[in-house]
Amino acid sequence: MRHTRTIELGTGLFVLLGFAALFFLVTQITNREFGLGTDGYRLTATFEQIGGLKPGAPVSMSGVTIGRVESIAYDFDEYRARVTLRIESSYDRIPDDSDAGILTAGLLGGQYLGIGPGSSETFFKDGDQIQFTQSAIVLENLISKFLFSKAAEEQPAEGSAKETTQ
Amino acid sequence: MPAAMIRELAESIRETLETLGSYALFAARLARETPRALWRFGLVVEQVHNAGALSLVITMLSGLFVGMVLGLQGFDLLQRFGSEDSLGSVTALSLLKELGPVVTALLFAGRAGTALASELGLMRATDQLAAMEVMAVDPVRRVVMPRFLGGVISMPLLAAIFSMIGVYGAQLIGVQLMGVDSGQFWSQMRGAVEFDDVMEGVLKSVVFGVACSLVAVYEGYHSVPTAEGVGRATTRTVVISSVSVLLLDYMLTAVML
Repeated sequence: MRHTRTIELGTGLFVLLGFAALFFLVTQITNREFGLGTDGYRLTATFEQIGGLKPGAPVSMSGVTIGRVESIAYDFDEYRARVTLRIESSYDRIPDDSDAGILTAGLLGGQYLGIGPGSSETFFKDGDQIQFTQSAIVLENLISKFLFSKAAEEQPAEGSAKETTQ
Repeated sequence: MPAAMIRELAESIRETLETLGSYALFAARLARETPRALWRFGLVVEQVHNAGALSLVITMLSGLFVGMVLGLQGFDLLQRFGSEDSLGSVTALSLLKELGPVVTALLFAGRAGTALASELGLMRATDQLAAMEVMAVDPVRRVVMPRFLGGVISMPLLAAIFSMIGVYGAQLIGVQLMGVDSGQFWSQMRGAVEFDDVMEGVLKSVVFGVACSLVAVYEGYHSVPTAEGVGRATTRTVVISSVSVLLLDYMLTAVML
């Protein structure tokens, strides 16, 4: 009797572990809380375009990670994307005129949020909003801008082409 | 001489077809017996323990090391393109869609499949199966079915555990050792892995579980009742399971991609 009890216990544990693993695999695709928890303070910033920024992406100053993107939502009052950041409490001296920009790590890397310090004497507190923001660069826009400026250059260039050949 | 060769060739083709037909008939019999066997759940639980719980340690250990290797190799490869941040999505997708089901099935064939085949083969060799028939107990119903179902139930669970441990193994190497940002690791993984990818892995592992268990019980049940016969049945189990898992993997991938 005792023998079958241990078999049942072992099997039960195995099945439980198996389903826990399945549950983990299914839920890892949805958003998950990060280890930061309640530590640190929140800032918000609105952007015209956030590109591929995702919750959990690092917030960095001069390349040092000082926090994480906590959530991203669309703000219908401003018609811009509203990004909530959680900054670690040890980084509590960010000037309140600092700017935030969405940058890309490497050519194919993930996007992160970079903060450039301003020169104000007062610092950000919990719940403040970053006023100066720079949107993510969308490659298509960049290319079309480049092409249009090239095309605009071509037209006067015809007249001056003779001068350069002389 | 050529006539003898042709006769031999024809004979071996006939034998292969016979084996294939015998497999199909056995599979059909097992499928027919499944609802009744599920009713006697105690016997199945015992076999889930034998096939699944006892394979747990080797599966977890392999999963950890496969994940760690993926972490190392993936990091080295992605670093060349400056995109080591996508390590999480690369490892998670390869574990979920390919390595999890396939490596688990190969381990399962080696660990649980051989145990099943040699156990049934030894029962055959020591006339235990014949004795059951004399007592009007159907050995397929009493002995084969619980073992088959135990394997079918265990395999997807083992594969899921393998993939989960593998992801943590890759995280251990990529994030802790190589310094990939942990937020990028998880958020990129979550951005790239979709529910369908998880389901693809689960479906694969179910199919492999059926294939491996079927091969093991068939080879054990139909083994030649000698010491050599049991040994051959065990060998054939590993060979046939491994090859059919890899063939099925290609076909399933081609269909689902």
